[in-house]
Amino acid sequence: MSAPTLERPAPDETALQQRFDATIAADRRIEPRDWMPEGYRRTLVRQIAQHAHSEIIGMQPEGDWLLAAPSLRRKAILLAKVQDEAGHGMYLYSAAETLGADRADLTDKLIESKQKYSSIFNYPTLTYADVGVIGWLVDGAAICNQVPLCRSSYGPYARAMIRICKEESFHQRQGYELLMTMMRGTPAQRAMVQDAVDRWWWPSLMMFGPPDDDSPNSAQSMAWGIKRHSNDELRQRYVDMSVPQAQFLGVTLPDPDLRFDEESGHWRFGAIDWEEFKRVVSGHGPANAERLRRRRAARDDNAWVTEAATAYAAKHAGTAAGSAA
Amino acid sequence: MSTDVTAEGGHGAIPTGPEVPVAPKPAVTRRDWPLYEVFVRGKRGLNHVHVGSLHAPDDEMAVHAARDVYTRRNEGVSIWVVKAADITASSPDEKDPMFAPSGDKVYRHPTFYEIPENVPHM
Repeated sequence: MSAPTLERPAPDETALQQRFDATIAADRRIEPRDWMPEGYRRTLVRQIAQHAHSEIIGMQPEGDWLLAAPSLRRKAILLAKVQDEAGHGMYLYSAAETLGADRADLTDKLIESKQKYSSIFNYPTLTYADVGVIGWLVDGAAICNQVPLCRSSYGPYARAMIRICKEESFHQRQGYELLMTMMRGTPAQRAMVQDAVDRWWWPSLMMFGPPDDDSPNSAQSMAWGIKRHSNDELRQRYVDMSVPQAQFLGVTLPDPDLRFDEESGHWRFGAIDWEEFKRVVSGHGPANAERLRRRRAARDDNAWVTEAATAYAAKHAGTAAGSAA
Repeated sequence: MSTDVTAEGGHGAIPTGPEVPVAPKPAVTRRDWPLYEVFVRGKRGLNHVHVGSLHAPDDEMAVHAARDVYTRRNEGVSIWVVKAADITASSPDEKDPMFAPSGDKVYRHPTFYEIPENVPHM
């Protein structure tokens, strides 16, 4: 390695920090090759990786129904949706890599439980109504969370989120349409929808994370422009959007305390069981072990495909070089 | 310029010499598959635009993977892929002296010239 030809003074950390702060204050985007505080980089890698993991693990609950879809139409829709989740994971791993993270390393961390994914995917999908409810409620919550992230201060993350949000709208609408169809069906089908709503409503509220007074990283993330709204703010917005949708559908949300507050114009909801949230996040949900077992199997059982493609590429490159010589 | 250059995911090859204020140094990737940057032409008449990156064993597989990852909804009519390591980029610094020469040449813009309002079609 040769010595650099340019003699420049070592960059002054204070000046770099000032420039970073000014960029954030002006609501401009930080790009990958800009100087950034170590904490900002670490926070982003953690958040983007866990977001990516959620998309990838999120293929499983719905993927379970691919071979049991009730019609070819529903199967094609579900297949497209599950493929989208894979795509979303790829956009996000790509964004994480701009911060110096390594994709394979992140996957290993997921499989070894060193990084988390959204707790919502640790619940099983018991009937086909779950596919509809995941689209309506789970993807609806994801949209609430993700739309503000399209203005996140980190450029590659914000750009990935714009692509993702465009596709999430299809996810939510296909779910709601599926539920409307079932609600027009037999009493058994309507009961199936209500049962799925009963099981998914509270976990979907937990998707917004712990309450603001118990969210240690939130304040810093807001100051850095990585996050734009607090957990409780987004949760309230989600409830306000979902209640009229439930009414239109004709289902009951499983919360006896749910009531409209005339004064504030918001729907007030009952207490969330944060003990359950902590249990599921820390690995004791109904499907945690199965989700990770399957992700590990996907990596290990398919390793030969990766190796074969690498060998083919190497052989092909050798041939090309040989013929050029 | 003899400075170290490495591929930083998603944004092409970048200089990493000691004069470049990047903290910390990007991890050396341990993947066998190189990183490709993906550019998509949205429709005829538009430029190819950078949309993201992916890993692939070779150029052909990179194009196929790019189709699946980045054009599931008619987002493109043409795809370019290029190994990130083959891209040469300017320095990351916004205040790079490289762009200084255009900073003080206001006369290159039409608004520099004052034309009376009653001159038509100008």
